[in-house]
Amino acid sequence: MNPQAIIDGLIAGSTIGLGAIGLTLTYSILRFANFTHGDFLAWGAYLTLTVAGVLGGLAAGLGAPVYPFSFGWGLPLAVLGGVALTVALTLGLDRILFRKLRARGADTIIIVMASFGASMALRSLLEFIFTAKPVYFTNALQIAKPLGLGMRATPDQLMVIGLTALMVLGLHLLVTHSATGRAMRAVSENPGLAGVYGVDVAKVVRVTWIIGAGMACIAGVMAGLLVQIRPYMGFDLLLPLFAAAILGGIGSIPGAMLGGLIIGLSEAFAVQIIGAEWRAAISFVILVIVLMLRPQGLFGRKEA
Amino acid sequence: MELLAYAAFFLTIALTYAVICLGLNVQWGQTGLFNVGIAGFVGLGAYVSAALTTPDAAERIGGFDLHIALGWLAAMAAGAALALAVGLLTLRMRSDYLAITTFGIAVALQLVFQNTESLTGGAFGMAFIPRPFSGLQSEPFAFNVLNLALTALVVLVLYVLLEHLLRSPWGRALRAVREDEVAAQALGKNPVLLRIQAFALGGAIMALAGAVQAHFIGFIAPANYLPMMTFQVWAMLIVGGSGNNRGAILGAVLVWAIWALSGALISEIFPADQQARAASLQIVIIGVMLCAILLWRPQGILPEVRSVSRHLGHRNKDT
Repeated sequence: MNPQAIIDGLIAGSTIGLGAIGLTLTYSILRFANFTHGDFLAWGAYLTLTVAGVLGGLAAGLGAPVYPFSFGWGLPLAVLGGVALTVALTLGLDRILFRKLRARGADTIIIVMASFGASMALRSLLEFIFTAKPVYFTNALQIAKPLGLGMRATPDQLMVIGLTALMVLGLHLLVTHSATGRAMRAVSENPGLAGVYGVDVAKVVRVTWIIGAGMACIAGVMAGLLVQIRPYMGFDLLLPLFAAAILGGIGSIPGAMLGGLIIGLSEAFAVQIIGAEWRAAISFVILVIVLMLRPQGLFGRKEA
Repeated sequence: MELLAYAAFFLTIALTYAVICLGLNVQWGQTGLFNVGIAGFVGLGAYVSAALTTPDAAERIGGFDLHIALGWLAAMAAGAALALAVGLLTLRMRSDYLAITTFGIAVALQLVFQNTESLTGGAFGMAFIPRPFSGLQSEPFAFNVLNLALTALVVLVLYVLLEHLLRSPWGRALRAVREDEVAAQALGKNPVLLRIQAFALGGAIMALAGAVQAHFIGFIAPANYLPMMTFQVWAMLIVGGSGNNRGAILGAVLVWAIWALSGALISEIFPADQQARAASLQIVIIGVMLCAILLWRPQGILPEVRSVSRHLGHRNKDT
């Protein structure tokens, strides 16, 4: 077995984990499986790319790669813009679609269905605007540096892993130690009761979308930076995201991250053992095993 | 004459979608089960029937040259078996786990269709699937009309059967579980068992639709069974009216017509090199339509007719 699979798995797992955090939060606080979440990743990547293009037009020096990375100062700046736009997209979608359905008291499953319809529309819209041709943040080539034990990684890849760890830690502290985090947990526990106790439920919903969209955008940019940007990139990640969120336990941020890493590592090892063409089936197999053995997930609590 | 032959062809395809819609109506309309893997069930039926009925082929296993009717039956059995397995796994848990699992089923089956070349022909698919009335292929009009009649017969038989079934005590119990699970349970109904039965019945009907479609076209490939299909069928049922079998059929024909017309329009308006891109607009239209219906007319064009028993006549929801 090639130890390189560990690095490959950690990198893929970072993206999946970040994406799954948003999914698990919307799942536990808004109480529905959001099929549009994968497309938030793809939109995040394309929006960031667009902002980077505009910035590059304003100041050409921003695009020049900063050693040792393959991208320049333009990209981190563009991510800020991309995150803001992705947040605007999700809040807008919530306003015209999900909030209306919630206000009507629609069944969870109707909201899931609406998210399914919105996902198809958003994805195809991307394909219409940007065409199906893959695009890249940068054309610079990077040499993977040896890390010992036969493993190699590029500086970009190491940065992705480090940044992911930092963000998950920060988010975890926010949710466990701040007033907002407490309100979020209260709403996920019981929205009616939280409202009675003076928690601003509408604000919690907003914060949930903002965190979810921000993480999704960054995960999308990471996937775009390390692989490529395609309209279907989010859709292809959707099953791994769901598998990671359920494996970690719905509502648990560390769980979603750990789930993402497990999925990423399993995929990387499976690619070496049974071949790359079956990669997409791995999340499904893991999902089925979790549903059979421990449906509440690693960190989830038992529920009906 | 050519136009009529095309109309017959169009309607036949639309009616195969109507069969899928009828299957979905058992699962969603009557029982409230959200299946996001419709394409997987349809594809399974198509592949099972094709493997059994095609003539022997050197490059793959299968090709038993059996009768088409046997292929249809086997497809239904396979669809029911798959639905049963999924149902047993997820129907005890919260409702959206079923959605996620069926989504995964469709992804996994798509990979199986793609990758097991020795069984499914891989990305190139399977050809030479026997077509009903194949002796008449030289006369497109007669061929298409006869196939239309056959497909219409399948729809009719299913419609009568389902209407009967849904007005039976079993159908009543299904709706009771959908409306109020606890109350149904208190009256001695087993919600999990009822859901699994309805899910398996719907899965069998979807697989049958896949087989009917495969035999009519004569060729299948993995690309026919993308999530797109699942999405179209959902739009059909929601537009037509979930819970109403006539609505399911109407929705299938209507949405298929919108799909075919918008496709024709796009190939008229856009230059050849932009058509693949413009085709994605079709999907946007259907997606927006689905969301709009969910927001403003969730009951669809033909709302569900509330009925207690076929002996008591109809009562409408709002009266």
